[in-house]
This record gives sequence, C-alpha cells and structure tokens, in this order.
Amino acid sequence: MDFSLTEDRRMLSDSLNRFISDKYGYDHRVKVAYDAPFHDTALWVEMCELGVLYALAPEDAGGFGGAGFDITTVFEALGRGICPAPVLGSLLASKLLTAAGTDQSALLDGSVRYAVAIGELDAPYDLDAIETEAKDGKLTGRKAVVYGGADAEVFLVAAKSGGTLAVYEVKASDAQVTGYAMIDGGGAAELFLDATPGTEVLADATAALEDALDAGRLALCAEAVGAMDATNEILLDYLRTRKQFGVAIGKFQALQHRAVDLVTEIEQARSITILAASKMGTEEQAKFVAMAKTLIGRAARLVAEEAIQMHGGIAMTWEAAVSHYAKRLVMIDAQLGDVDYHLERVIATYAA
Amino acid sequence: MDLSFTKEEEAFRDEVRTFLADNLPDDLAEKVRIGGELEKHDMERWHAILNEKGWLAYGWPVEFGGTGWSPVEKHIFEDEAARANAPRIVPFGLAMLGPVLQKFGSKEQQDHYLPRILDGTDWWCQGYSEPGAGSDLASLKTRAVRDGDEYVINGQKTWTTLGQHADWIFCLVRTKTDGKPQEGISFILVDLATPGIEMRPIKLIEGGHEVNEVFFTDVRVPAANLVGEENMGWTIAKFLLGHERTNIAGVGFSMKALEEVKALARRTKRNGKPLIENPLFAARIADVEIELEAMKITNLRMLYTAQTQGAPGPETSILKIKGTVIRQALNDLARRALGPAAAPFPSEAMFGNAALVEAGDVNNAADYFNNRKLSIFGGSNEIQRNILTKAMLEL
Repeated sequence: MDFSLTEDRRMLSDSLNRFISDKYGYDHRVKVAYDAPFHDTALWVEMCELGVLYALAPEDAGGFGGAGFDITTVFEALGRGICPAPVLGSLLASKLLTAAGTDQSALLDGSVRYAVAIGELDAPYDLDAIETEAKDGKLTGRKAVVYGGADAEVFLVAAKSGGTLAVYEVKASDAQVTGYAMIDGGGAAELFLDATPGTEVLADATAALEDALDAGRLALCAEAVGAMDATNEILLDYLRTRKQFGVAIGKFQALQHRAVDLVTEIEQARSITILAASKMGTEEQAKFVAMAKTLIGRAARLVAEEAIQMHGGIAMTWEAAVSHYAKRLVMIDAQLGDVDYHLERVIATYAA
Repeated sequence: MDLSFTKEEEAFRDEVRTFLADNLPDDLAEKVRIGGELEKHDMERWHAILNEKGWLAYGWPVEFGGTGWSPVEKHIFEDEAARANAPRIVPFGLAMLGPVLQKFGSKEQQDHYLPRILDGTDWWCQGYSEPGAGSDLASLKTRAVRDGDEYVINGQKTWTTLGQHADWIFCLVRTKTDGKPQEGISFILVDLATPGIEMRPIKLIEGGHEVNEVFFTDVRVPAANLVGEENMGWTIAKFLLGHERTNIAGVGFSMKALEEVKALARRTKRNGKPLIENPLFAARIADVEIELEAMKITNLRMLYTAQTQGAPGPETSILKIKGTVIRQALNDLARRALGPAAAPFPSEAMFGNAALVEAGDVNNAADYFNNRKLSIFGGSNEIQRNILTKAMLEL
C-alpha cells in the first residue's frame, strides 16, 4: 500500500501549485475571472509550458500522463488556487481526440483552445436527451453552458446522427457563440448552431463521450478537494483570529464541533476521489466516479455553506476570498452531473 | 382547537387581496418575481401607493398614522403581499426607527420625523454593526463625545443596508467607556449630509450592492438628536431588535418560493421528462414543503400568543432559525433545478441578452448565494440558539 504521489506527479503538483500562487494569486484571479475572456491568456501559455495539458493525455496520444492520478494531481492544484483557466474543456477534448486517434498536438501545446459542447438546456447531464442534430455535415441545435466556450477556437460537439450520437469538430468562427462569466468566475458560452458546418471526429461516440465525461467528473472531484482544503485553511485561520465576546470564536464549542465535522467530510471526499481515480480505465470506472461526484457534491456544498455561516457577514462580501471558494464549491455540483444524477447512476448498478 | 381565521379576518384578507390586485404595478411584481434588483424609485413608488391607502406604516398605532392592525391582520397583510410579489417595505424607517421614536422619542422628534418617514421625505438606514462588533454588538466602539450642544462622533459602522439611498442614519454610539459595555451606549440620529461622513459600497458575494460601510470623522451632531436618555441605547437597541423580528419566519416568501420551485421543476427536463417527475428531486421538494406546512402553524401559534397575551416571547428565535433554513433550502432547490443553467453570472448584460436570461432563468444561483445572509443577519442563527438556550431552556 502506498498513498503517496509518484515523483513525477509530486513535481507537477509542486510546480503547478507554485505557479498558481505566484502568478494567479487571489487578487489577479478575481480581476480576470469575470471579464472576457474570463482567464489570463498570457498565463495560459505559461501554464501549458509547464506541461499541464500533456499530463492529461497518454503517451500514445502525444502526452505523458492521462491516468486518473494525473488528472487529480492537476485539478487538485487548480482547485486549491481557484484557477479560472479553461483546463476542463481541454481535458474533455483531449479524451475525445485520443479516442478518435486524431492528432492533438495543437491542443496539448496550448496553441489552439478547445471546448466540448455536450449539454443542452433540456439535457443538462444526460446524453440520451440530446437534440442537436447533424445532417450531411451540417449541425443544428443549441448547446448550453459550454465550459471554456467563451474563447475557444474549436468546439467538439455531440450531436445525433441517424440513431446514434457522434462528435463533430466545429470552428468557433462558423458558429454563433455568446460567451459570459459564470457566477463562480471563469467563462462559458451558449453555442448556437444553425446548419453550421462540422467535421465528424467520432461516429457512434456514446462510449467515448461517457469516458470523457467520467474523466471530467473525476477532475471536478479533485478540484473540489483542493478548493475544500483551501477553504478549510481560511476558515480555521478565521476561527483562530476573529474575536467576539472577548475570545477567539474558535473557542466556542458550537463552532469547534462543526469545524471537526467539515474536516471529516473533506477527508471522506479525498478518499472517494482517490478511489475513483484508481478505478479509471477499469469496468468499475463509471460506478466509482458516480459515487465520488455524489459525495463531493454533498461535501462541497456543506463546506461552502458552513464556511460562510461560521465566518458570518464578512463571507458575504466579494472582497473575502472565502466567498469565491464557496461559490466555486457549490457550483461544481452542477457541472457534468449533480448529486441526484450520479446517485441515480449508483442506484442503477443495483439492478442485477 | 380551530385553525381557521374568523369571518372578519377572512373579509380582511379579501380586502387586502383586492387592493393588491388593483394597485400593485405589474412591472414591480414581475421584477420581484424574477429576482431583479429593485431600484430606489421602485421602492419609493410602492411606498407611495401604500401610503396613499394608509397601509404603509402597517405596524404603527393609528395615532401616529398607522393602521392599528392586530398581529393577525399584520400577518395576513404580509402573507398576501408576499403572495402577490409586492416589493418588501423598506424596514429602516417604518419597522425600526418609527416604533423606537413612538416609545422613546420626544414629542418634537415624533412630530418631526414620523410624518417624513410616511411621505418618503427621509430615507433611513441603520448604524449598528461594526467591523469588530457583529454578534457581540455591545462591544461597539464608535465614540460620541459631548461638546456643548453637540456630540462629536468618530468611528465606523458596517453592513448598512441600502445606505446608498439614505438621507439619515440611526446609530448606536459609545458615550461611556467604563462600566459594563451595555451601559455606555446611546441611540442617536445623524443627518448623512453632515460633514465628516463617508459611505463606501460593499460588493456582495453575488456581485450586488445592498450594504455599505459608513465612516465618521469628527462628525458634529446636535445633542437634540439623541433619542431617550444618554446611555440608554442598549435598551432601545433590544426593543428595536424585537421589532426587527416581525415577519421573521418569512413564511409568505417561502410559500412563493415553493411555488416557483415547483413551476421550475415542471418546465425543466431531465432524461427527457419534467424534473418534477424525478423521484429524488420530488422528494427534496416534499421534504421542504412538509417543513413549511409545519412552520406555517408554528408561526400562527406564536402569532396567537402575541394576539392573546401581548408580546411574543423568546421562542420567536425558533421562527428565525427554521424560517431562514427553509428559505435557503428553497433557494438551493431552485439552483439545483436549473442545473448548469444557474451558472451564468447575473449582470445587466445578462438581462439584456435573451439567450442568457433563458439559460440563467430567474437568477437563482445569485439568490441562493445572496440569501446565505438570512441565517447571518438580524442576530445570526448561532446567536438565536444562545438566546433560546438561556431564555427558553434556562440552561
């Protein structure tokens, strides 16, 4: 048994954590996360030079990682630093291009930004309900809340083709893209397709899409673990220093026990994320990713709400870092399947 | 045991409902329904409509221009107003300062300030909390030092809600530094146009501006602006906080929010079916609805106590705790129902863009985050538990 990171992953983790805390400090993060293009494009280039995207792809696709623990290493650091860089879209796209066996060197070196458009307003999580259609290389439909879509140059779009789902490459310049900031920072977009030209990347893509989504879900779990750790540090610091009634509020047992409950939840969240990462690429992948996303959804919201409540009014302000962590932690649940969606996936495994 | 309202009370409800149907402007109701930001003139417009009817100061006695309504009548009015999506009556002048002046103010103060609250001449805000005095309000440090016919005020207040619209602020200030902290506090009225006052906005978690910091530097205020005696401010503060607790359960808001959540879950789809048909989500709604049905009766039971035995007791803290938790749970469900579409950042740009309005529907993630304040302000739910521990459980 060994719960430590490999040497390579530890180095990646250290360098990415250092990069984010040095260059993507909290003040800078808040400044760029809400104005187009909703992240720092110069820092994107630097981050890619660190090898962040190569870590997400396997060797035969041109990367040097791609395993569950590579993904969690990268995203835990992004979460800890509440980084708005659109890495999630790159991960999903890399998975799809790997499945297709398509060259992805321009994605991995960061020179072309990809986003993956799957969800729709009436099909936020479920592939079966997708209505966007492809006919003769033309796509029609609307994709909702495409993460990283605000400044992506290429979209990989899931669309119905005949009776099955396929994935098409669509140039941003060919489509109507309405970009915006999300409430927790970072960019997304509505993608409007009206007989928009697309090139088929993957036919019969349901399995590849589910696999890419699982990778994205694992990434979000790890991001939440990093953000929960950071939130907890902020909270404990506040409990130790904020005085009311003549003592540090951390001396009140009513708050002490709640702080302990949070740490317990965070450790459980870390464990289920490690478990899910270890199952990637096995036939148990979907089940354990669903378990992890369910537990994370609950834990992250609890940590967010309790961190706000124990801080009191100050956590209600934009100026306080804890408010931005809380927003990120709550909104992670709505990405790539929420608590209820994944609970149903776990329940579905009980049917013999 | 009879849970029904009397015939007279039902007739009163009809009267209120008819008035709201005839007089509440559609555009205001729609703004409230979608969680849009009410501007100063929106609130003033609604105040003026109610004032013309004589219902603006619905908590005041008749002699001061109020309605003289019973606790049950007040409840019915609040209930119907929430159901109709009426803007909330801005409480600082009407629900807070008004009752304080009626009980502790001089005749001159009553004659001068109360009519100006009613006709909207003066917009009031509250100067209570300080950066170091939140839950522990009695530790407040803003100093008022007597100098001839004036007090000279130095210090800082915070969380001043809607202070950006206000003309006047009522403040708790320290007038004595020895003895128990509670014994050296006074209640004073300050014209915000006085030199030495600076108001700075505080941007909130969801990006909105509703609270402010107020800085006082050598602000000279006439001693005649003191309410009650010097150093009796804590008594007034406690009286005022009692008044802040009217409608504390927010049952009307929750009933409206429950309706909205159900409507949202009917028009939102998961797996090709309306979300409300999903048993997991339906169970979440049902759990909150059950709590809310119980809360309605808990609220009415305490109302009954107030109606039959005078003032309600410390058990109203139960209403604050449970009522805010229910409202927050409903905000949470609305955000969940929208799923990823709750993410678009609600800005003016969003309201100008049909695609984003549709994606973000009714701004529910912003409401969810903004309403985390409910369990913090007006005495946090932790402070409410302290009150209950001492006053009700006698532990």
